[in-house]
Amino acid sequence: MSAGNPPRFVLASPESEFYWRSGADGRLRIQRCGDCRRWIHPPGPACPFCHSRRIGPEPVAGTGTVATFTINRKEWIPGFTPPYVFAFVELDEDPTVRIGTNIVGCDIDEVEIGMRVEVLFEESGEWHVPLFRPIAAEAA
Amino acid sequence: MAGERDALTGEPLERRAIISGAAQSDVGRRLYRTGIDLTVEAALGAIEDAGLTAADIDGVSTYPGFGGSFGGAMGAELHEALRLSLNWRSAGVETAGPLGAVHNAILAVAAGLARHVLVFRTVFEGSGGPLRPGGRGGGGGGMAGSAGPFQFMIPYGAASAACWVACYARRHMHDYGTTRTQLGAIAVNGRANAAANPKAIYTEPMTIDDYLAVRMVSEPLCLYDCDVPCDGSTAVVVSHRDYAPDAPAAAVGINAMGTAIRGRPSWDQFDDLTSMMMHHTAASMWERTELTVADVDAAQLYDGFSWLTLAWIEAMGFCGKGESGPFIEGGANIAPDGPVPLNTSGGQLSAGRLHGYGHLHEAVMQLRGTANIGVPGCEVVAVGAGGGPETGCLLLTKGPS
Ligand SMILES: [Zn+2]
Repeated sequence: MSAGNPPRFVLASPESEFYWRSGADGRLRIQRCGDCRRWIHPPGPACPFCHSRRIGPEPVAGTGTVATFTINRKEWIPGFTPPYVFAFVELDEDPTVRIGTNIVGCDIDEVEIGMRVEVLFEESGEWHVPLFRPIAAEAA
Repeated sequence: MAGERDALTGEPLERRAIISGAAQSDVGRRLYRTGIDLTVEAALGAIEDAGLTAADIDGVSTYPGFGGSFGGAMGAELHEALRLSLNWRSAGVETAGPLGAVHNAILAVAAGLARHVLVFRTVFEGSGGPLRPGGRGGGGGGMAGSAGPFQFMIPYGAASAACWVACYARRHMHDYGTTRTQLGAIAVNGRANAAANPKAIYTEPMTIDDYLAVRMVSEPLCLYDCDVPCDGSTAVVVSHRDYAPDAPAAAVGINAMGTAIRGRPSWDQFDDLTSMMMHHTAASMWERTELTVADVDAAQLYDGFSWLTLAWIEAMGFCGKGESGPFIEGGANIAPDGPVPLNTSGGQLSAGRLHGYGHLHEAVMQLRGTANIGVPGCEVVAVGAGGGPETGCLLLTKGPS
């Protein structure tokens, strides 16, 4: 994904729209239950744990750990130029919050399970697409 | 055993059903025939194989029940094409994987809604298009072009089930030390068995070195870890067990079926990144039978991607959790003369993506003793189909269970 940003094909639902807009102020938000306080992802119409309807987006630190990943060598979608890394990142607030994303800001061969990462956002039309990069990369 | 029982006999209800007939259409990379044309070929073959006529068929069941490259043909199309007169018809994609159409047919027969149900699965993916945004989704359709669960993967270029399965495969390798050389045994075993299958797509010999040298698709999965899209239709007739003595071919019994979907119904949010829904699905099958994994003579386990077969091997209990890599390494344990003969007609990696129904057809042939590579004394076959959250299985026996 070096030659320009890929087409992101974001198709937000009423429940998920906040997720794709959250990065406008530089912060990642995840849906959270106002009653049992558990984090919910992907966002839904009710808390899946206590079934409360008192739910809404709340900011998270935007840091987490790579749970697993793949290096794509095939061009599945025109504009997504391989190789690129698709990963599942588990957030620090709750590792059961598992986010699909791309790992950027490092060589693809440096990505590994357990790697510490932090969010950054890529503007794509009206959306701010959450991506992740190694935390060490920011310090360097 | 748990689950519903016949009030008088105490038997699981699926034992009221048998598979009385089975057939496949021509299978090819690109046949340029319509889905319903292939379906009629398979259906008429299965009806004849069962010793029946179309007038005897009083039920139709299919997965997923819509046309196009993924759907193949609708149940109503076959209904109309053969001018059937039905007491029951069912089609749907929200089942326990592609074998859900067989589960439904068994239930209809057990409930007395129908006596002879024609079940089919038609794929039309060789002549149809590949995965793409706005196209059909892996294992169920509706992947893109909707604001459903795939909206969290498509924006990242994870547009194929290959990308999602690759993530599970990598975590399995990380946690258990599974290697690509071990994983490659699935593809090499399938290719060797495909050589005896006249309908297989790829039959030229493949070595583990060939496997390790081929290009990567979505690491750690390479080209030979991904099945081959094709055109083809498979049909079976599910009948009441009372028909078994009149059926010209040896009846295949339904000993147990597995349908459980106890975890999150998601390709990306399943709690265990080293397993998938088949973990629960297979467990639910064993809860319905007095047979054990030690009784299984052959296994036909889904290989839409090679790693899914590892997950099925572990889920069925042929080895312990995380032990599938060493279990299959070198292929001796899964060869036709090994303790667990696996995918004896080549599986989907080499014989074509018939969406679990190639596996089902081969199970029937093994239990009849008419398979191209026969397993001597084969009396119990485990069939598991699907991946991700869409998995289902069957335990089949020689003769009614
Ligand atoms: Zn709650």
